[in-house]
Amino acid sequence: MAELVNLTINGQAIQAEKGALLIEVARQNGIEIPAFCYYEGLTLQAACRMCLVEVEKTPKLQVGCTLPVADGMVVHTESEIVRKARKGTLEFLLTNHPLDCPVCDKGGECELQDMVFRYGAGESRFAERKHHVDEQQWSPVVYFDAPRCILCYRCVRVCNEGMGVGALGVANRGVISEIVPNRHDYLECDECGACIDICPVGALTSGSYRYQTRPWEMTHVGTICTHCGDGCRTTLGVRDDKIVRGNNRDHSGINGEFLCIKGRYAFDFVEHPERLQSPMLRNAQGEFEPISWSKAFATIAGQFEIVKDRGGKFGIIGSNHTTNEENYFLQKFARQGLGTKNIDHHRTGDLATFFDALSGKNGALATTADLYTAKAVLVVGADLAQQHPFLSYQARANFRHHAAHIYTVTSGPVREDNQAVASVRVAKGGELGGVESLREKLKVEGDLVIVFGDSIQGDGVRKLVAFGDSLGIPVKYVCLVDYSNSRGAFDMSLIPRDGGMSWQQMLAAKDLDVLWVVGANPLKNATLASSNAFVVVQDLFMTETAKRANLVLPAASAYEKNGTVTNVCGEVQKLKQAVKVMGTKTDLEIMGSIAKEMNLNLGIWLPDKVFAEIRRTVHGYDVPLPVVDTGGAAPTVPLNGRVPALPGAIQSAGDTLFTSGSMSRYSKILNAVIESPGGLYGSKGPEVSAQSPTASGQTPGGTVQS
Amino acid sequence: MPKKLYNDPSPLETRILSKRFGLDNSETLATYLANDGFKAFRKAREMKPEEIIEEVKTSALRGRGGAGFPTGLKWSFVPRSSPKPKYIVINADESEPGTCKDRLLMEYDPHQMIEGILIAGLALDAHKGYLYIRGEYRYLIDHMDRAIAEAYAQGYLGKNILGTGFDFDLYTHSGAGAYECGEETALLDSLEGKRGIPRMKPPFPAVAGAWASPTLLNNVETFSAIPAIIRDGGAAFAALGTPKNGGTRLLCVSGHVNKPGVYEVPLGYPMLKFIEEIAGGIPGGKKLKAVIPGGSSCPILKANECDIPMDYDSLAKIGSMLGSGGMVVMDETTDMVKVALRIMRFYAHESCGWCIPCREGTTWLRKILQRFDDGGGRSEDVGLLGELSKNMLGRTFCALGDAAAMPTISIVEKFAEDFEKRLARDRQMVAV
Amino acid sequence: MMTFSPELEQKFAKMLTSYPEGKKRSAVVPMLIYAQDEVGSITPELIDEVARRCEVTALQVDEVVGYYSMLHRKPMGKYHVQVCTNISCLLVGGMELYEHACKKLGIGHKQVTADGQISLEEVECMGACSWAPAVEINYDFHHHVTPEKLDQLIDGLRKAQ
Repeated sequence: MAELVNLTINGQAIQAEKGALLIEVARQNGIEIPAFCYYEGLTLQAACRMCLVEVEKTPKLQVGCTLPVADGMVVHTESEIVRKARKGTLEFLLTNHPLDCPVCDKGGECELQDMVFRYGAGESRFAERKHHVDEQQWSPVVYFDAPRCILCYRCVRVCNEGMGVGALGVANRGVISEIVPNRHDYLECDECGACIDICPVGALTSGSYRYQTRPWEMTHVGTICTHCGDGCRTTLGVRDDKIVRGNNRDHSGINGEFLCIKGRYAFDFVEHPERLQSPMLRNAQGEFEPISWSKAFATIAGQFEIVKDRGGKFGIIGSNHTTNEENYFLQKFARQGLGTKNIDHHRTGDLATFFDALSGKNGALATTADLYTAKAVLVVGADLAQQHPFLSYQARANFRHHAAHIYTVTSGPVREDNQAVASVRVAKGGELGGVESLREKLKVEGDLVIVFGDSIQGDGVRKLVAFGDSLGIPVKYVCLVDYSNSRGAFDMSLIPRDGGMSWQQMLAAKDLDVLWVVGANPLKNATLASSNAFVVVQDLFMTETAKRANLVLPAASAYEKNGTVTNVCGEVQKLKQAVKVMGTKTDLEIMGSIAKEMNLNLGIWLPDKVFAEIRRTVHGYDVPLPVVDTGGAAPTVPLNGRVPALPGAIQSAGDTLFTSGSMSRYSKILNAVIESPGGLYGSKGPEVSAQSPTASGQTPGGTVQS
Repeated sequence: MPKKLYNDPSPLETRILSKRFGLDNSETLATYLANDGFKAFRKAREMKPEEIIEEVKTSALRGRGGAGFPTGLKWSFVPRSSPKPKYIVINADESEPGTCKDRLLMEYDPHQMIEGILIAGLALDAHKGYLYIRGEYRYLIDHMDRAIAEAYAQGYLGKNILGTGFDFDLYTHSGAGAYECGEETALLDSLEGKRGIPRMKPPFPAVAGAWASPTLLNNVETFSAIPAIIRDGGAAFAALGTPKNGGTRLLCVSGHVNKPGVYEVPLGYPMLKFIEEIAGGIPGGKKLKAVIPGGSSCPILKANECDIPMDYDSLAKIGSMLGSGGMVVMDETTDMVKVALRIMRFYAHESCGWCIPCREGTTWLRKILQRFDDGGGRSEDVGLLGELSKNMLGRTFCALGDAAAMPTISIVEKFAEDFEKRLARDRQMVAV
Repeated sequence: MMTFSPELEQKFAKMLTSYPEGKKRSAVVPMLIYAQDEVGSITPELIDEVARRCEVTALQVDEVVGYYSMLHRKPMGKYHVQVCTNISCLLVGGMELYEHACKKLGIGHKQVTADGQISLEEVECMGACSWAPAVEINYDFHHHVTPEKLDQLIDGLRKAQ
């Protein structure tokens, strides 16, 4: 039990942990001490001086964000002298701050505006000339307006500490001090936009969002990012049925603080002009012809029935980014409706062997939160910063805040090396040997989370789990899979159980009669052997697979529907529809309509109803509805005994920070970033120094960073 | 060859630290050894570390850089028993306007300072020292490199010094033009290769300083006083000054005096006597108007406030500071508006920019004063100058904000008539 | 990759071993100011070179350049004339001396003569207060400088070319 102290703030008697920071104790007790530079989770700066408060028996005003509470302390946060000090500090700040509110994106959600309204200094006595420098553009998505900057150093810290990139620095001296990018006049970085969202004013603004709207003119829809498997909440700002921005300023998801470039910016594929907006049928001349939905459904149902009646061969390839409800319905359609076992999806991690190896074990699956709280984290064969940036963030935050031990066993350098206790370089395929070499170090850890990528497959997974068992400490695992709902696809059984064909086998089968592809692009790098197969494709764009189709149906993206998705750690969360694109239908509605056309009774195809059935029938998905319905994340534990091996090869998508399958190709912003001077580093990562380039950084514990 | 001193000495000086100034080849080890050099080190080697620190405490030596913190007490804060390496950092950044004394100590008697550093090393179990010298003093960096090389060559630095088994390495480190780097913790950041931004305290440098290790940081003159203290005893040194203000110090006097220069006097020497008899009085028989007692960061004194002994406590009692010992004398022809402006231009230029009140406040004040000096002053400006300065005072991250605020407040309060005269003159000019 | 004169290379080699293990970053500022004497100014190439040698990122070096007054991104003249106008020098004619220098050289603060030989800077206190007015030319101190003496010094610089 931590030692408690008694103190008084504004006459209120408060009990707090000895040594806790005054500003945090005050906030926990509903007393707001204003601050710009203080930011929870980042190192202390004591630079803005807004948090100065009066503490009895001390001659000077005290800095609330660095003062540890002590027994008997008597604090006044709203006395006359404190109010005057705050007003004076704001007045100083406003001397160079330009009166840009009418044209500044931040207006309406600006912390400086809020402070001035609350604490005064709206009228200034400054009668001199302001110092002006022109606005700069540092990347397609990051703009910097130096006069607006209040030098709170949040951006520098979040980039260096939070993201581990360190692309921003502070240059010059005195009143011409300025935030500078690492390539002198442009940024070479993750382009995650964290700096923009953390900026309390409009100094850093988004290139994709600027000048489009005011915050109060948008509806804010909190949904789950559709680009990778981490399951980050992205709050989409929607104006006039158009998504204008994504961020996580309300910190409402499992990702709290964090979003990457895809979560923040890559929503614009939704409105790409090449979105499919009408069902299309290949006519006798071999060209696509737009048809009505009813004709489309009738055609498909007709073909399916013919093939089903004669006992023909179906092949169904589901998606990595459709919802659980859609995946569940699809496999039900396949197994019950069409009587086929040939159902698969692009599997990016060996979940089958993983669940088999863990069957019967309790508490073996790690959640994203576990990566932040575990005493040790081992990363095997994965570049988290590229493919699972939120998991990378959690591990790094664990290191920063809890001094967790990070270990990496990878074939090349990864960002986590900078925080690692030990880094082992191995040839691809030799990861298990590298892991074994860490045995002595790992077995004395308090507990461990092992995160592994697709180079660990089949028997390798069993060996890895056996290694974990042999350490004699609690071990949890994360089997990395790509795309927003790969885990869900597996959990909903979009897999060739009981002798069904893998998707590779389907493509190779010369006698395949029907190939039904929902939200997948298997023909990107492969060919379909059966030249007579009737191919139905549901997708957003005219992909390589859609080009081969007989019938193409325009589908809705994740931002245009409701439903649930399961992230890489098995946490299930709700999507919330943000916009609707004309001419599209959700995959669930499409499948339901085909089923209706075929007079199949597969249940009501509304997301809530299907989810209710999932909760009843899918092992591990009996999650508490209040958690999911209120925007929370509920861990699923589908460990249900032995899982037989599945045919077909497993391969990671190999995405980077700037790519995510076919959707990213249609994001103008992602492409602009890739083509920008700072954007090509992509796979190799920006130049990061092991030494922390913070501006006079100190950890909350008080030790000096060197 | 006797080095020609930059000013003639005064017969009224009490020369302890500066006793070798003017001797032939005073900067060489040979001259140093022939004049009591390294006697203190040998004595200190036989003392217990606690005894060395106790002697320094007894001497009532206070930091000669500006803050005047009791040196012995500062030494006692360094945890000798820490398993981390302990470092000694010598502050030779000397950038306080009005101050030019550390320059002479390094130029004329480098080995005295080196000996003081070594004695500190003995007291604190420190074996590495870094001499942080401002970039403008390049000739002195070269000079110290030669003195250090000489010491190494003859066994007074390096391994097993004088066969005592004590090792010590001393390095020079160049600054590159930044007043703030004279601030203890900003100096440490600069030493670590970063911008000179001060650090939060706690932790104090004694516990976590250079490279997060226990560090002792003192001024050139402070270290230079140590050999005399150990050699002749702390009590003898203390007795030269006044209670709690022991010893002598080098005072730099500049401005409107007949004999500007650097002179060593005991703590407590009367200010007016110093100005008249040592500094030769004010040229042309003009009247004294104002004195900056110890560097531009001090509140300025009116002529009728100058009849005081010059020690830390006496000056603190009347609301000013002994500071860095940079005394600036102003006669009746001095336009205090120009003085206030030039002082604020300095602080605005040198502000590191870390915290809002100093970064924005110094520039705002400079702009007001510039406008005022250019003839655009308003009557409300005088009050505004005082108020804004008070909004900086005690609110900033480090003492630079106070250093800018204090002289400004004292000037607008004590010399308001200079500002009024300007306003009257401006009105006249406009009327014509 | 840049190389410097043998003397400077030797100095840098020694410098990098002066600091504790793994703390080469400490050499950044001294390296920059010494290298500037040879290279003429802090160029992007020099920044990369210092970053490489001190094992830090280019950003970490770049941050530092604008903070320190003596580091210049544009070359100063072969002779950089620095005139102090701070309080001690101000009281004995420092400002007038600086204005005289501007007129004599035909340039202003941090500007260079057309032939690139002489540059001028109004500087802060350089530590010569008791022997004011003070001028520093490159690293050489000059005390008690009157306008006439300054003229002599500048003429001397011009003759020296």
